[in-house]
Amino acid sequence: MSQPPLLELRGLQVHYAGARGAPVRAVDGVDLTVRRGEIIALAGESGCGKTTLARTVLGLERPAGGQILVDGVALGSRRRELTAWRRRVQLVPQDPMGSLNPRRTVLDAVAEGLRIHRLPGDERALVIDALERAGLRPAERFLGRFPHELSGGQRQRVLIAGALVLGPELLVADEPVSSLDASVRGAILALLLKLRDELGLTVLVVTHDLGLAWNIADRLAVMYLGRLVEVGPTEEVLADPQHPYTQALLSVVPESRHLKPIVLRGEPPDPAKIPNGCRFNPRCPALASGRASAVAGSCTSVGLEVLHGTGEHEAACWLSASPALRPLSY
Amino acid sequence: MVGEPLLELRDLHVTYPSLQGPVRAVRGVDLTVRAGTVVGLAGESGCGKSTLASTVLRMQAPSAQVSGEVLVDGEDVMTMRWGRLRAVRWAEASMVFQGALHSLNPVRRIGQQIAEPITLHEPKTTARAAALRAGELLERVGLPANRARSYPHQLSGGQRQRVMIAMALACSPRLLVADEPTTALDVMVQAQVLDLLTGLVRDLDLGLLLISHDLSVLGTTCDRVAVMYAGRIVEEAPARAVFADARHPYGKALSAAFPTIGDPASRRAPRGLAGDPPFPGALPVGCSFEPRCPSAIGACSSTDPQLLPAGPDRQAACLRVAADGSWLSPEPTRQETP
Repeated sequence: MSQPPLLELRGLQVHYAGARGAPVRAVDGVDLTVRRGEIIALAGESGCGKTTLARTVLGLERPAGGQILVDGVALGSRRRELTAWRRRVQLVPQDPMGSLNPRRTVLDAVAEGLRIHRLPGDERALVIDALERAGLRPAERFLGRFPHELSGGQRQRVLIAGALVLGPELLVADEPVSSLDASVRGAILALLLKLRDELGLTVLVVTHDLGLAWNIADRLAVMYLGRLVEVGPTEEVLADPQHPYTQALLSVVPESRHLKPIVLRGEPPDPAKIPNGCRFNPRCPALASGRASAVAGSCTSVGLEVLHGTGEHEAACWLSASPALRPLSY
Repeated sequence: MVGEPLLELRDLHVTYPSLQGPVRAVRGVDLTVRAGTVVGLAGESGCGKSTLASTVLRMQAPSAQVSGEVLVDGEDVMTMRWGRLRAVRWAEASMVFQGALHSLNPVRRIGQQIAEPITLHEPKTTARAAALRAGELLERVGLPANRARSYPHQLSGGQRQRVMIAMALACSPRLLVADEPTTALDVMVQAQVLDLLTGLVRDLDLGLLLISHDLSVLGTTCDRVAVMYAGRIVEEAPARAVFADARHPYGKALSAAFPTIGDPASRRAPRGLAGDPPFPGALPVGCSFEPRCPSAIGACSSTDPQLLPAGPDRQAACLRVAADGSWLSPEPTRQETP
């Protein structure tokens, strides 16, 4: 394919200042290619760095290392470049109630991006168009309403309209349905699929919900402690997870009833203290059960390569690095 | 082996006054929780499930009008004298609230907060003995006893939820009511907390009423599940049966909203339910689900269905479900919405 991908992350690092001077490596080396028209789900526990990664893609965090390539060209840190990029990428925030100003109408909320970017054209018409694309019909009836007059699903649609009004190429949706009722969840996910099919939008969905990935994502990237540990086409990753972390994560999802739950002990890890070797080794059930004893030395001392994140199914695990020791299926 | 009933709700109604007229949040609910079992209550926001939970320990808003019976271990909580109610709270039944961060006092140590109900309910307990019990309770919920010296902000979300459970167990109640205990938690931590709760039910022969909007969680954790819609139970059955094979159209829609990973039918095909639940102050005349129901027939807009047997060991409130659980014709008058 000659056309460069919409977005490429190469060796992306994002650090925060830690409490005692040591940097917190929230994103610690991520390669990921996002092609046009693709829906990619980024999954992981709280604190794994998935929201930081999304914020960096939006141009809200400055990378400490690595590159973000847009259309094959490195995204700079100058204001003009970032502003231009921020028109092409839009955030759909989580928590629709908290993300809408309670004293502003739907019209104001959706038109905000137009006003910030000082776009020409008939504001009202653009807002109505965006609302209808987001499934709020007839849009005129919603323009003057306030957030408290809307249901949870309608609020989420207003936020999606606010993102669509600028005609973006990439939507970054941060847990778009986690605060919605089950019956509304399906409708919002269907909307994201429809936008991809009709407008050719590319979507990066940040979520802890593997069922959501199964519902809409073409590719799934599983993140743990600042790195991707497994990435690939959704069917392959969910039908045949290679990394013990993905296996555990999948087994505790209530929607995967046929699996024996592997409940990991302990808390989500601390990105200020990344262990040596494989970063999952302190919690790894394969290492604890002895299934990984043949590679245990590597697990605790030798770091793994960064996954390419381009398309094929890959896992950052010493077990899958040696095919003879492929884990048995659960 | 089925234990004795620890909680029985009988024809429970709760109505809130409002400027727009009475809001009927709970409209005639019967529910039983037996020792050694987990009963799930599922439903969307506004369906009345939290109002129902609040009546178990008579903690509903003072303006709420309640009728019917709430029997905790056979005694009606609604007509109890105040002193008796105080004894029942914590010692016979207790609650695990959602949002553990907001339910713990930020400026007191965990151990003190767990010990507080113990010293209030058993005034003869020395501070030392209460602290010892608090330590034991923390170990019971999988935290080291020395965590008693921590403040809430020093704990993670999952640890705080464990503290809330330890606190609810402080006076050895037989009945626990948990309102969305895992909603704000990650999947892995959610699995840990649910494991803990079901383990406690098994080991201590507790009864647990688990309230959640997440039918998939209830389906894997509970023995029985009741699905609530607009203040009524519309379906009640063994947990697996509700999740895998619901009878009521609302139960079906709710379980279809949670995809089965690996099932080609739900791949790239998220399913939901159009429309919003009715405002409890302005309910439809007939079945309250009729305006959203893909299977509604003419009679549904005029007849309010009762919760009736729908096959062995299960009930549903739908005109189109026969007593043996089969689906009644006529054919649906509306197209099924995907």
